[in-house]
Amino acid sequence: MPKRWIGPIAAGLLLAASLAHGEVPVPPLKAHVTDLTGTLSASQFRDLDSRLADFERGKGSQIAVLMLPSTEPETIEQYSIRVADAWKIGRTRVDDGVILVVAKNDRKLRVEVGRGLEGAIPDAVAKRLVSDIIAPHFRSGDFYEGIAAGTDAVMKLIEGESLPAPPSGVIINGVHRAIDFPTIFGLFAALFLTHAIFRRLFGRVIGAGISGAIVGGIVWVAAGVLVFAVVGGLIGFFIALVNGLGGRRGGWSSGGWPGGGWSGGGGFGGGGGFSGGGGGFSGGGASGSW
Amino acid sequence: MRKLLGAVVVLTAMTLAGCGYNDIQRNDEQVKAAWSEVVNQYQRRSDLIPNLVNTVKGFAAQEQQVLIQVTEARSRVGSIQATPELLNDPAAFRNFQQAQAGMTSALSRLLVVAENYPQLKSDANFRDLQAQLEGTENRITVARNRYIKAVQDYNVLIREFPVNLTAMMFSYQVKPSFTVEDEKAISKAPTVDFSKAAAPAKQ
Repeated sequence: MPKRWIGPIAAGLLLAASLAHGEVPVPPLKAHVTDLTGTLSASQFRDLDSRLADFERGKGSQIAVLMLPSTEPETIEQYSIRVADAWKIGRTRVDDGVILVVAKNDRKLRVEVGRGLEGAIPDAVAKRLVSDIIAPHFRSGDFYEGIAAGTDAVMKLIEGESLPAPPSGVIINGVHRAIDFPTIFGLFAALFLTHAIFRRLFGRVIGAGISGAIVGGIVWVAAGVLVFAVVGGLIGFFIALVNGLGGRRGGWSSGGWPGGGWSGGGGFGGGGGFSGGGGGFSGGGASGSW
Repeated sequence: MRKLLGAVVVLTAMTLAGCGYNDIQRNDEQVKAAWSEVVNQYQRRSDLIPNLVNTVKGFAAQEQQVLIQVTEARSRVGSIQATPELLNDPAAFRNFQQAQAGMTSALSRLLVVAENYPQLKSDANFRDLQAQLEGTENRITVARNRYIKAVQDYNVLIREFPVNLTAMMFSYQVKPSFTVEDEKAISKAPTVDFSKAAAPAKQ
């Protein structure tokens, strides 16, 4: 919940800092959806964001939405290409990113299409998307419905395009991390070995603690995110502890592991960081007003 | 003897690298790439024109003059070969720029005229063409801005000491960029011109 406020606050500070320059600054990219106008409710925000995150996991293409009060003194086209250059939505060399920019007080919107998607979403199609699908909703004040309909239409268009498959594993902070079978296998193996050794050397609780720390370290290296490492370490600790108590491995291999916090992907791709994959834009797309 | 020759070669290579020879190569290529993108987008605009002219003809055949102007502007643009060598010839560069600017204004006149034909404006084909044209104009703006940036980097590099000596030695010259007034003319087209040029269209 407080995470939603970080964007607007940071953007506000940036805005204050850059008023002297006259141009509206590009807000930092925190999630698929950035709403600086406070138009979307928390649940609407979550819904849109998770839909776009799911799509990214399934297809690999990134779609971002930016709502801001105004792009003045620049036109929406000038502003939106700056956003595109700063955020780099879409994968490197595939260039499959789409950004929907909504300037609420200007009553203008633009669909900025990545270079690699100009075939799937040519300008004429983008124009129809803007004026026939999104703008009617905006005209009646339904911003959430407009954005949802627009992004759905974009997803449908991209779905028909054959693009490289998304990488296996997860993408954290825009970097592909291999949380895949070998890594998980390695974790199990490390847990077995260290646990057997350290329990004998240090006793049950301390041994489990060391095992947990090692698992946490491996997760840290693999995922690069400290929070996940701590969670992984704790899981490792409890598994080692339980294993120590029961003495048999049946207790845990069927239990908490596979469905648990991290291998299921619940916490990984979605909630954490989101950043552009390095996609390029050359100004394709269409603008409109409502 | 052979050792000495080797040493000289290595030393020369290192000196050249230190004097920014490699940087010049890199920036030169970047300018060329940015230029190709500009030409590519202008070409895209040219390719749209026959279709656009035909569509407008279908609804507004009496607007002969405007249609002819657009067609002429297109052939003028087509007669200029926009090779990378053009970048080393300021006069040719200016010609190219003028021809493209002529096309921009001819196109904006055409769109102004189109405003007077409600049937044309509501035609699906025309609307698609108009969207493509708008998109292409925006791409041209973006490509031009990137070219300006690339040329700026290149020009600054070859004018700074000590790279300017290397540039002089290999006769790399400052490259021409788009001028500001030209930039304004381009960024106006075609949408902003609607209201302004409405008067002559009434004739």
